Amino acid sequence: MLAVKIHNLKLKNPVMTASGTFGYGEEFADFIDLNRLGGFVVKGTTGTHREGNPYPRMVETPSGMLNSVGLQNGGVEKFCSEVYHRIKHLDTNIIVNVSGSSIEEYCSVAEQIDALEKIPAIELNISCPNVKHGGMGFGTQPAMAAEVVEAVRKVYHKTLIVKLSPNVTNIAEIAKAVEGAGADSVSLINTLLGMAIDIERRRPCMANVTGGLSGPAVKPVAVRMVWQVAHAVKIPVVGLGGICTAEDAIEFLMAGATAIEVGTANFIDPAVTVKIIDGMEAWCKRHGISDINDIIGII
Amino acid sequence: MKEIHDFTILERRSYGEHYFSLLLKHDGPMPEVLPGQFVEVLVENEPSVMLRRPISVHDVDSEAGTLTLLIQIVGQGTRRLSTLSVGDRLNLVYPLGHGFTTDLPAGSRALLVGGGAGIAPLLHLSKVLKANGVDCTIILGGRTESLIPVRDAFEPFGRLCVATDDGSLGHKGLVISHPAFAEQYDMIYTCGPTPMMKAVARSAAERGTRCEVSLENMMACGVGACLCCVTNTDQGHRCVCKDGPVFDISTMKTWYAE
Repeated sequence: MLAVKIHNLKLKNPVMTASGTFGYGEEFADFIDLNRLGGFVVKGTTGTHREGNPYPRMVETPSGMLNSVGLQNGGVEKFCSEVYHRIKHLDTNIIVNVSGSSIEEYCSVAEQIDALEKIPAIELNISCPNVKHGGMGFGTQPAMAAEVVEAVRKVYHKTLIVKLSPNVTNIAEIAKAVEGAGADSVSLINTLLGMAIDIERRRPCMANVTGGLSGPAVKPVAVRMVWQVAHAVKIPVVGLGGICTAEDAIEFLMAGATAIEVGTANFIDPAVTVKIIDGMEAWCKRHGISDINDIIGII
Repeated sequence: MKEIHDFTILERRSYGEHYFSLLLKHDGPMPEVLPGQFVEVLVENEPSVMLRRPISVHDVDSEAGTLTLLIQIVGQGTRRLSTLSVGDRLNLVYPLGHGFTTDLPAGSRALLVGGGAGIAPLLHLSKVLKANGVDCTIILGGRTESLIPVRDAFEPFGRLCVATDDGSLGHKGLVISHPAFAEQYDMIYTCGPTPMMKAVARSAAERGTRCEVSLENMMACGVGACLCCVTNTDQGHRCVCKDGPVFDISTMKTWYAE
């Protein structure tokens, strides 16, 4: 009833988790059966170990939060030699979010992940707002976005999802550019660039000054962008941005998303993903829908 | 094993205008909660609050299946929690984090230094240490008497000392100027304001005494997934929620030298 397909990727349901909000899955194993997920996207992985940004890195904002973690991770070699072996037995789609500061770095990471049998897809992160070099810089101009995707496409042979930034004037234009460069799917939205000031201390709330906004506050923006992109490209769209409930997930599907990712909501309820899956199934039954694909992109 | 559970509030106590405690009952068998571990509390019916609030565990009664949280009112989240009453439900994700080392040899001398809200986790710690035959000295500090929420509860578990900046109770001055602080110990534990903990850590390092600090930070996930709550350590950024909140200062030179 809930099975969907993203290019060659078969998902038992449309519910995945967003990179950077779910660690390597293991952190949530006490709370949910990870095998119930359609998939999960692990933390942004770069060519070498990164310490990330200084702290404070996070501040709560109305119906959301700003973060400026800055791609802290152990690097691709550590992922391949250690983390991968701890999680590869799971019966779900494990997708690696691939990040970098240069085209060479993106390609090198993608190539190393390509060799891992149990990783069926990558999510190419050309939209991180919290790093000085690369990241969002690649995702805000169609020509640059296409150049990275084209280069990674040459070395990566499985399902290539490209994660898009909402911090652009025309997201559909970027989506079309990466589709043309060989992306199998696009996921959107990454966080919206924001800022908060502690007026008592008269300084920014985060050490990096600006950060990415996530949570329910961004949901209407995300739904609008998913709808725009779904009408602009033929490849499947993965929707994310503030999804907390099954109803939110269905809204994204109607806007044109084939699958969704849950992010910030994992912090509020570590078992929320399973509740969303159960809720979507109940919604389908209530509405006499036998195949979730029947509601995708109906708007 | 960590779990998500709805507790029932059995008792609520006020400690002046800044602090209150909640005694929470678990339905069914409760997982073991170690001294220094914390819970993430869901704040409901408060539109300005979305994320859970990390709160240290003040006391545990595993036979009765109860936890006590001692909470300082600092913002909208803790203010909302202060309005809850007996019979209300409270949703916790717990037990979280890496706690204090408690397996010291019987007869060891331990010093526990707490300031303000940092006093909270030291009660459960002193209780467990006492049961292990450890001889505890507890120094509690605050700017003034009313900012030291709990004192008497510690008395059964060790020698209790108090220091206040204004001399309204006990020794006048900082906790590190209390005469008991200068004595020799096998282990020093501290939780409280960062400048206090750094001063305690520096002193312990100079004396060559083992020392653990319990840090606090803004948190989102509480389980080491989002990497928002990191602190500097000698091994780089580490999560306060998962690698801490308790850290051995042998790995924290870059932190206490800051």
